[in-house]
Order: sequence, then C-alpha cells, then structure tokens
Amino acid sequence: MSDTATSATADLKTAFDAMKDAGARPLRQSAWDAFSREGLPNRRVEAWHYTDLRAALCAVAPLRAAGPATPALARERESCRFVVLDGAFRPDLSDVSALPYGVSVLSLREALACGEAEILAALAGDAEDPTLALNAALMQDGAVLRVSPGCVLERPLEFANFISGGAARSVFTRSLVILGAGARATLLESFTPLERSGSQENHALVMVLGDGAKLDHVATIAPQSEDAVRVVSLLATLGENSALNSFCLVEGGGLLRRQIFATLSGVNADVSFNGASLLRGRDHADTTLVIRHESPGGKSREFFRHIVDESATGVFQGKVSVAPLAQKTDGAMQSKSLLLSDGASMNNKPELEIFADDVVCGHGATCGRLDADQLFYLEARGVPKPRAEALLIEGFANEALERVKDEATRDALAARVAAWLRMREAL
Amino acid sequence: MLEIKNLHVSIGDRKILDGLTLTVHDGEVAAIMGPNGTGKSTLSYVVSGREGYDVTQGEVLLNGENILGLAPHERAAKGVFLAFQYPVEIPGVATMTFLKAALNSQRRARGEDELQTPDFMKRVNEAAARLGVVKDMLRRPLNCGFSGGEKKRMEILQMALLEPRLCILDETDSGLDIDALRVVSEGVNALRAKDRGFLVITHYQRLLDYIKPDTVHVMAKGRILRSGGPELALELESSGYKDYIGEAA
Ligand SMILES: Nc1ncnc2c1ncn2[C@@H]1O[C@H](COP(=O)(O)OP(=O)(O)O)[C@@H](O)[C@H]1O
Ligand SMILES: [Mg+2]
Repeated sequence: MSDTATSATADLKTAFDAMKDAGARPLRQSAWDAFSREGLPNRRVEAWHYTDLRAALCAVAPLRAAGPATPALARERESCRFVVLDGAFRPDLSDVSALPYGVSVLSLREALACGEAEILAALAGDAEDPTLALNAALMQDGAVLRVSPGCVLERPLEFANFISGGAARSVFTRSLVILGAGARATLLESFTPLERSGSQENHALVMVLGDGAKLDHVATIAPQSEDAVRVVSLLATLGENSALNSFCLVEGGGLLRRQIFATLSGVNADVSFNGASLLRGRDHADTTLVIRHESPGGKSREFFRHIVDESATGVFQGKVSVAPLAQKTDGAMQSKSLLLSDGASMNNKPELEIFADDVVCGHGATCGRLDADQLFYLEARGVPKPRAEALLIEGFANEALERVKDEATRDALAARVAAWLRMREAL
Repeated sequence: MLEIKNLHVSIGDRKILDGLTLTVHDGEVAAIMGPNGTGKSTLSYVVSGREGYDVTQGEVLLNGENILGLAPHERAAKGVFLAFQYPVEIPGVATMTFLKAALNSQRRARGEDELQTPDFMKRVNEAAARLGVVKDMLRRPLNCGFSGGEKKRMEILQMALLEPRLCILDETDSGLDIDALRVVSEGVNALRAKDRGFLVITHYQRLLDYIKPDTVHVMAKGRILRSGGPELALELESSGYKDYIGEAA
C-alpha cells in the first residue's frame, strides 16, 4: 500500500475505534475485518473499475459531530418525514409524533442497542462490497422503520438526509425499512447539502419487502461541491410476489457512486430500477447494479438515462445474475447516454450471468449525441437552438421520469431537470 | 413573396442545386414536380435554413429580404414553414409541450404576447378537430407511434396553428391513402389565403387533383426546366420525366 493509502486506512481505523462501541459490536467488527482485507477499492477491483475511490479518498476527513440545533430545512412535498442531519437521526426535526397507523420508527442507535435479531440480520445485509462493509463498521445513525403486515399507506414516507456545509467531514448513515407481508408504501429518499462542501458521505439504505409487499421508491441526490465524495447504496431483498419500483435522480457534484444490490429471493418478485443522471463540470457519477434472481418467475427491469455535459464522466455497470433455480426469469436492462460535449465520457458495462435455461434476459447500452434531424425539426418550427436542445435533453430524461408512477412526484423531478437545463441555456 | 434567384447549392463537393430560379407570389400555389434525387428536398431544406449545405451562389428572398443568413428559427418567425417529407419522432417530448414552445417562440420573436394555456388549447383543439387528429395523438410524445398518415396530419395541424406566410410541402402525399390524402388536402386548401404562398413539392400528379396549383414547375438535375399552368402536371402524368432527365444531361 502507498503512503496515502496507509494514512487513509489509519484515519479510518481511528474512526472505527470511535464507533466500535456504539452498538452491535460483533457486526461492526466483522464488517471492519471484511473491509480491512481489501481496503478502499481502486480500479483493480473489478466492480470499481471505472471509479477509483482510493485515489479520491487519499485524505479521509474526520467524522462529523452533531449538526446545528435549529437548521432551516427545505420541504418539497407532503410526507411523513424522518430527518437524518449530519449523520444523526433527529426526532426533533422528524414527524415522529404523527406516525401513520402501522408504522413504527427507531433511530439506528436505538435499534442497535435493542439488538433485536431480525433487525440486526436485516441491517447486516448480504451484499459484498468494501464500501458497504465500511459503512456497517462505522455507521453513526439512521432511521429504522417498520410497516406492519397488510398496512396500506397513503401518505409517502420520507428519509431526508441533510448535510451541513463547512470543513470536510465524513458521514456514515444506515437506514432500514421493513415492509410486512402485503404492506404498501411510497418511500422518498433525499440527499441534500444545506450548503455545498467537500463532504465524504457513505449512506446505505436497506429494504426488506415481505411477501406481497409493494414499495415505490424515489430518491434524489442533490448536487454537492466538486471535491465531495459520496457513496450511496441501496440493498433490497424481495419476498414472494413483492414488487419494488425505484427511481433515482442524480444531479452530480464531485464523485458519486450509487450502487444497488437487489436479491429477488421469493417466487414471482418484481423489481424495476430506473434513474436519470445530470452531469456537468468535472462530475463523476457511477451507477452500479447487481440484481440477483434466486427464485423462479422473477421479473427485473432497469432503465437509465445519463446526460453528460462538459468534462463529466458517467459510469453504468449493470449485472443481472440468474441462479439455476430461477427459471422463467424475465429481465431487461437498458442504459442510454447523451453526450453533450467532446469532453464528456460514459462507460457502460452491462453484464448477464445466467445459470438457468428457461429465461428471457436482454440488455442494451447506447451512447449518442443530440440528433441533428430532431434539432432541425424543432428549429424549423421556430424554437431557437438552445431551447431546442433543452427540449430534446428534457425529453431524453423524461423517458426515465415516465417510470415514476405518482404525477406530483414526477412533476417535481421534471422541475429539477428543467432547473438544471436552465443553467446550461444561460451559458 | 418568395424569390429564388440562380441558387447553387452543394453538399461537400457534390453539386445538388444548379442555378435554380423560381418565384412564388402572394396567394399562389406553386407546384414543383420532379424525379427522385433531383434536389427537391434539398431546396426545401435550404429555404428553411438547415445546416450542412453550401450555398455557393444565388439568393433566397422572402418579401424582398434575403433570408440565407438567418437561423432556421428566425426564418420560421418570419413565416417560413416546412411540412417535412419524413417528420421525425421525438420520444419524451410531449406534443403539446412542443406545439406551445413553437408557437410562443415565434410570437416572442415577432414581439407578440405569448399565448396563455386556455387560448392555446382552444386553437389546438380546433385545428385538431378539422384535421381529424384525435386527442390521443396530442397526448403522445411528438410523432411517436404515429402512422405515416398521422404524421402528415400533424404537420398540417402545425401549419394551421403557426399561420405561416410561406408553406413548403415536401411530398406530403407520400405514404398517404386516399382518405388521408383528402383530409390533408382539405386542411391545406382551408389555409389558402391571399397573403400566403405555397410551394407544393411532389413526385406524383395525384396530389394536385386535391390541391389545385396555380403554377407548375418541372425540376430536374437541380434546376427548373419548365414552368406552366396545371395542364403541365397532366402532361407529366402521361409522358413521365424521361424527356427532362435527357434534356438536362
Ligand atoms: N446529406 C446529404 N449528403 C450527401 N448527398 C445528399 C444529401 N442529401 C441529399 N443528397 C443527395 O442529393 C440529391 C438530391 O436529394 P434530394 O434533395 O433528397 O432529392 P429529392 O427530394 O428530389 O428526391 C440526391 O442525389 C441525394 O442522394
Ligand atoms: Mg425528397
């Protein structure tokens, strides 16, 4: 290991020593041991081939302490919201007094202190990744939510992660949502800096869907400053006949790795992961998915649109693996990228790993520029070129946004895309 | 209205238009007929301002102003409208969003007030009803999943909405069955007006049974070889283009 890697490891060890007694010691210790075997991933680690986290984290920032007492937190939508600020669950800022019937919430710290086996097992997850292991070793706080079986929630639940500005700090959060059998809910998830900074964030959300449960999930990752390093992971386990429809809007900012690990463990489970990313400047955004079909009759859909401008870099890695048992699996993955400048680049790596014989799986990845025929068509109708380009880019993003079922949420996402484009048009 | 004078156009080092001269007056419907590959679409693109063509000589005047230096959207605001031979599909862009952007961009460029949604909707719905454009088409992304005939109807709907001064119709009849041809032609005929000129480009005489031209021009090898009245179209119908292809060689 190089000197910088050694010092990063030493800094992380200091952080681990500070966190190891904050509940669930065995879980933390085994996660730390797993992390220590490999250290921070560099490009020699296959799953991290396009994103060199070790180089980006040569200086590890100290753990963030408590956030401001009375921050001004923006609120975009009506929801039952749980706020995690600077890595700490904040009941004082959350809607804990008006929980919908059938919903219970704990902070991660409380949950770890209780040590309930079901929760600890769910929190641990089963995905293998060094940054996830690091997250489990250092997790500071988060929200743990349970929705009772059969409970149908009208009002969306929301995990809102806020990060203050100022000097660079590290934050590790882990949250959990467990949907009982037949429960239905919408979960919004947001990552928002109160002020942009070079923060180092590692967030994980674990979802456990019981048999027949249905979850709609919409995440937004707001822009951060250019020197920020963020890893945002989603782990989902799906029971029989359960369905997860997930969307994420990434607005870039520094280095971002979004990773999804989904396991379709029950028969006839159905997942759909969708997303749009808007990248400019020197943004680097990596979306990596690992979908594991472990039972028969599963269906998975992945649909991503990447818009890459200036000298930004996008990465899409999607791996769908089908276990020998998982006959009648139906999988389709699509990733399309729109490169808006010569300096923009995109790396696509779709992968299928199929061990069952009776399956239908396909994938497609394309990378292109704005279409000259479409552009001229709009211009010939009187639309000036910058606006015509914006319409086409918006249209490209819309193809992914259309997968969000709720109209109000879709409109809010479209407004963010439009705001991002206005900055481009203004240049 | 439109005066094209001695227009020479190349793509790369290939000459496509070779000294084309043509005038369309206010209120006139001029038809251009010619064999495939003659440069008819090229002419329509050059007049509407598409990039990628070298105009090496000549002028295109719209109401006395040379428009060759203008961007396509500026020409559109001045009243140039091209009904495309192959209208493109634009996934993700809602038809209504597009129509409103087009109409209001033109209005803004002319210093007019933007149309508000209710007024805009009313105009679109009226035009749609006249042209048999069903509501479902307006809800879809622009031209996506439309049949050839539906795409052409949408072109004429846009023409009705934008109220251009000069309408160029590039093979609007291609891919249309008789019923669609009738609807589209009626849409065009309804827009005939004394301050509006039409340049109707077609390969076949059939369209001119429905849209009756005032003048007919035969184009081959990048220029106009003969001009006359509607009888010229009928003559071409029986004799074909072989005389002209020979003549230009
Ligand atoms: N973008 C282009 N690049 C090269 N050649 C072209 C291009 N567009 C048209 N041409 C050529 O120019 C000639 C005229 O084409 P076009 O204007 O489409 O004719 P028409 O509409 O009369 O059928 C044809 O020979 C065609 O192949
Ligand atoms: Mg043509």
